[in-house]
Amino acid sequence: MMHGGMMRQIAEKEEEKARNTSLVAWRLIRLLKPYWRMVAFSLGLVLVSASMQGLGPYLIGLAIDRFITGSDLPGLLWTSAALAATFIVGMFATRFQIYSMSLATQKLLADLRRSVFEKVQALDLKYVESKQAGDLMSRLVNDIEAINNFVSQSLIQMISAMFALVGIMVAMFLLDWRLALASLSVVPLMFLMTKFFSGLARRAFRKTRTTIGDVSAEMEEQVSGVKVAQAFNRTEVNVRQFSERNAANRNANVSANAVTSAFGPAMEVLATISTALVAALGGYLAILGLVTVGTVVAFIQYVQNFFRPIATVSQMWTLAQSAFAAAERVFELLDTAQTIEDAPDARALPRIEGRVQFEGVSFGYDDKRMVLKDVSLDAAPGQTIALVGPTGAGKTTAIGLLTRFYEVASGAIRIDGHDLRAVTQNSLRSQMGMVTQDPFLFSGSIMDNIRYGKLDASDEEVVAAAKAANAHGFIERLPEGYQTEVGERGGMLSQGQRQLIAIARAVLADPRILILDEATASIDTRTEKLIQSALNTLLKGRTSFVIAHRLSTVRNADQVLVIDDGQIVELGAHADLLAQNGLYAELYNRQFYTPPEEAGTAA
Amino acid sequence: MTGLRRMFVYLARYWAPSLGAFLSLLVVNAGNLVSPRLLGQLIDDGIVPLQMAVVWQVALWLVLIAVGRGVFNFLQGYLAEAASQGVAFELRNEIFTKLQTLSFSYHDRSQTGKLMTRMTSDVELVRSFIGNGLIQLISAIILLIGTLVILFSMNWALTIILLLMFPAIGYIFVLFVKNIMPMSKEVQQKLGVLNTVLQENLAGMRIVKAFARETYESERFYGRNLELLDANIKLIRLFATFFPLIFMISNLGVVAVLAFGGWQVIEATLTLGQLVAFIGYLNYLLMPIFMLGMLGAMLSRAEASAQRLFEVLDAESEVHDRPGALELPPVNGRVEFENVSFRYIGAESDVVSELSFNAEPGQTIAILGQTGAGKSSIINLIPRFYDVTGGAVKIDGHDVREVTLDSLRRQIGIVLQETTLFSGSIRENIAYGRPDATLDEVIAAAKAAQAHDFISEQPDGYETVVGERGVGLSGGQKQRIAIARALLLDPRILIMDDSTSAVDAETEYKIQQALDELMQGRTSFVIAQRISTVRSADKILVLEQGKLVAEGTHHELMQTSELYVEILETQFDDHAEIVAAVEEG
Repeated sequence: MMHGGMMRQIAEKEEEKARNTSLVAWRLIRLLKPYWRMVAFSLGLVLVSASMQGLGPYLIGLAIDRFITGSDLPGLLWTSAALAATFIVGMFATRFQIYSMSLATQKLLADLRRSVFEKVQALDLKYVESKQAGDLMSRLVNDIEAINNFVSQSLIQMISAMFALVGIMVAMFLLDWRLALASLSVVPLMFLMTKFFSGLARRAFRKTRTTIGDVSAEMEEQVSGVKVAQAFNRTEVNVRQFSERNAANRNANVSANAVTSAFGPAMEVLATISTALVAALGGYLAILGLVTVGTVVAFIQYVQNFFRPIATVSQMWTLAQSAFAAAERVFELLDTAQTIEDAPDARALPRIEGRVQFEGVSFGYDDKRMVLKDVSLDAAPGQTIALVGPTGAGKTTAIGLLTRFYEVASGAIRIDGHDLRAVTQNSLRSQMGMVTQDPFLFSGSIMDNIRYGKLDASDEEVVAAAKAANAHGFIERLPEGYQTEVGERGGMLSQGQRQLIAIARAVLADPRILILDEATASIDTRTEKLIQSALNTLLKGRTSFVIAHRLSTVRNADQVLVIDDGQIVELGAHADLLAQNGLYAELYNRQFYTPPEEAGTAA
Repeated sequence: MTGLRRMFVYLARYWAPSLGAFLSLLVVNAGNLVSPRLLGQLIDDGIVPLQMAVVWQVALWLVLIAVGRGVFNFLQGYLAEAASQGVAFELRNEIFTKLQTLSFSYHDRSQTGKLMTRMTSDVELVRSFIGNGLIQLISAIILLIGTLVILFSMNWALTIILLLMFPAIGYIFVLFVKNIMPMSKEVQQKLGVLNTVLQENLAGMRIVKAFARETYESERFYGRNLELLDANIKLIRLFATFFPLIFMISNLGVVAVLAFGGWQVIEATLTLGQLVAFIGYLNYLLMPIFMLGMLGAMLSRAEASAQRLFEVLDAESEVHDRPGALELPPVNGRVEFENVSFRYIGAESDVVSELSFNAEPGQTIAILGQTGAGKSSIINLIPRFYDVTGGAVKIDGHDVREVTLDSLRRQIGIVLQETTLFSGSIRENIAYGRPDATLDEVIAAAKAAQAHDFISEQPDGYETVVGERGVGLSGGQKQRIAIARALLLDPRILIMDDSTSAVDAETEYKIQQALDELMQGRTSFVIAQRISTVRSADKILVLEQGKLVAEGTHHELMQTSELYVEILETQFDDHAEIVAAVEEG
């Protein structure tokens, strides 16, 4: 039973190894440095508890041989008292050993989490976006959890199992080398068997993983698409398909379990053979008078205690390997070079007037392909610049450069004449505000989310910002008003409402430069009007860059920048550009205008 | 325990492997109980009197018993797994079937994530409890009783001394189990909170950076991190205290047996071998106690899971075929709403109230209104995704509640606002409503839906796999596949929610063409977002708060309905001026 469970644990993990195990282990150990006292204390206690474990059967053997057989009752009682003391000391040693080791490793983990978070904070957007946030997230969470599993559970067990193993082996050889060899004779066989079975089991469990993946995927898809399934009368076919996958998973599980079910008994048979060997050899030697009966009894106890640590160590070894692989990935992340850093002599950017210049700016996510090529523009303080162009033209990239999310490859961006690279990122960004297309809300109350724009804002200031953003009305109507929890990604609010909160946040931040990516998703009419007027308030008096989707925005902009394939192809006011009859006119007509003649008759 | 008791129905379907597993376990236990005795015999009859023959004999028996025990152990594990996986299989199948047939109002109220948990962890918990836990439970009890009987028969005085430690172990164990649950829950919860902060920082990185809030976020994270550390330390203290304590007490039991039993051996009321066997049996006392404790903790969780599973399995679908429902004959496409009222379950007011209108075969009906005016509700009532709460929806004179769902929905094509594609090839997706359609039919539908060109450009053409694990398609492409899917059904009645997501102008134009093709010659209901749709509709229904406030063609409504003009101006923002210009000119 125990062995079967262990094999299952081994097999359910995909085999993975760190590329450089010793290096990773060394780095992990180095992280323990601040807590070396706890670790040393724990290791000292391991020695104590391991020797207590070795001492136990020895004392039992002694009691039987010397005192029971010798009919010495006081001696027996003294030995029993010593045995009891051994167990009590062992208990305390174990308790403090586990406790101090776990304390050290949990602190190590907290440190590791902290470094990871610090790193994530400092990472470039370019890196994060290329990895997909969800992917990076689940990897980080799983990897740290894998390390946690190892250090909090397996490490201590593994260390004490190793010590126990050594202790028992020493005790056995001290008692009688012949019986010791007999006890150990099955160990190589056990290793071979474990290797054989884990190979089989791993293959079998791989299949259970893929089949349960199929079942869940099918389930998830069909549940989220259930309305379509019912609309298209597909339910019977779906049920049949699901049942097939479900059956495949069942069969895979049953056959994988056959392997693990066979492993436990096989190991037990080997362990019993070892016991029988000791009994037979011990009996023979006892008859010859070479060993005492007590020694044989003690050996039978040793043999039974011997196989538990072996099982533990081999089981933990697999966990250790995946923990190392996980740690290696975490370290890799920690070692990722930061490409955007404040220059050593960076100065704080003084209060921005609002003049923004792009001077021959080029940028690419990789060196081979430039997304922006030689872009130049000059925005006067207070102007609204609308960016227009087909999807993928480079609009989002251009504003990402302005906030210095990305670093220009060549050319320069200047604000009030200061090159962005010469000022600190913090002083730059604290004067900017941003409203993204899909407004991001943090878990917490609406109040918290608006206050994000200015952390020390009073409640009155937050409400004032919400009023200016036209958000006050709907917030007041919510049952809990400003204290309404918005939950993960603001799920319970409509898209339009989230947009209003994001605008209020930007209003409160009172930025000198505003960046706005207009929402494209359909928002109901009333909210749309509210958003529009809130934005007009927000744009007033600030230099603003707007990725425009609304006709009114482009018409009101001071400059319209038409970007195509990374270049500014047209630049000017709405009316002028329309008159040029170029790309802008074409985009405008396609996006905002449907010739009435075509409507309805087009086929 | 009603939930678990009902689960026996499922286990009963696998009675043969269950019984086999149980019997095997009995044999294994018997083998376990014999072994310490053999060891005692080895000492008493073999080693002490120096009888080598007995030593050999016993050693051989030990191995033989181990082999036999091994075989039955394997059988037990295998059969229990077969039975429990069978139970899981049936449960999953039934839940899936149930979910497929439950009506829209159920799915409106449930979350996919929660349903997935039912399907995976709840099923797994019930499975392992029913399949393994239960058998282990019975076996543990038998093992416990068997061991006690043997011990009493060997030496009652020693047994009573042993039993003295039981209350202590039991008490500590109960205390442990009681504490561990809330503590590990706290750790999980703190970990969840911490991960949320990390997740939000990754997902909202632009905002964090744009507002220069790195320090603030770090402090937030560190605070949570420390909370997690504290919760972890509490949990560790619990583990570090309880386990060594329990092992110490059981070891002290060994000491007591050794001292007292040793004295008995000296007094010659006990043999040495019996003493050794006695100590050997101690393991078999502790193991079942641990197991009972574990199973007790597992029991309450399994019961909770079982009840959650039955919540799904017992859910009633509000919409189902009436007894004796007739097949809806092939329809012409006349749709009537007679005084229809509708409200969602649990809602306080009607979404649609006393609505009446007719659609003649082949007409296009555009539905307009503000968000929440009841547009989607109306189109959902036609294929009977929901039942009306008052009045009736009739197709060719048949009340939709009088006919079978199958025959009704087969004649209605639907293009929903959110385009759901399923993992599988493009061909399978188009043939979703008619899995038996030929490739030619699929291609014809795709061509009509303006989808053929981009499909042909895909690496494997119509066999290209799409969906979660396949090629990603753009919103506009997905929408055209959905249109092809509806076209292939060749329905008499068509329902469409044409709210557009952001697509570029050229795609927009193609979708428009596809839709026009689709509507040709069918009774169509469209939640309109495009000016062209509204202009060419045979009838426009203008809704306000669930009521029909105006009805007519575009030209009529331009003259008579202020609300209509207002909606056009606001919802159709960009087109409004054009429309106005056209009207004036």
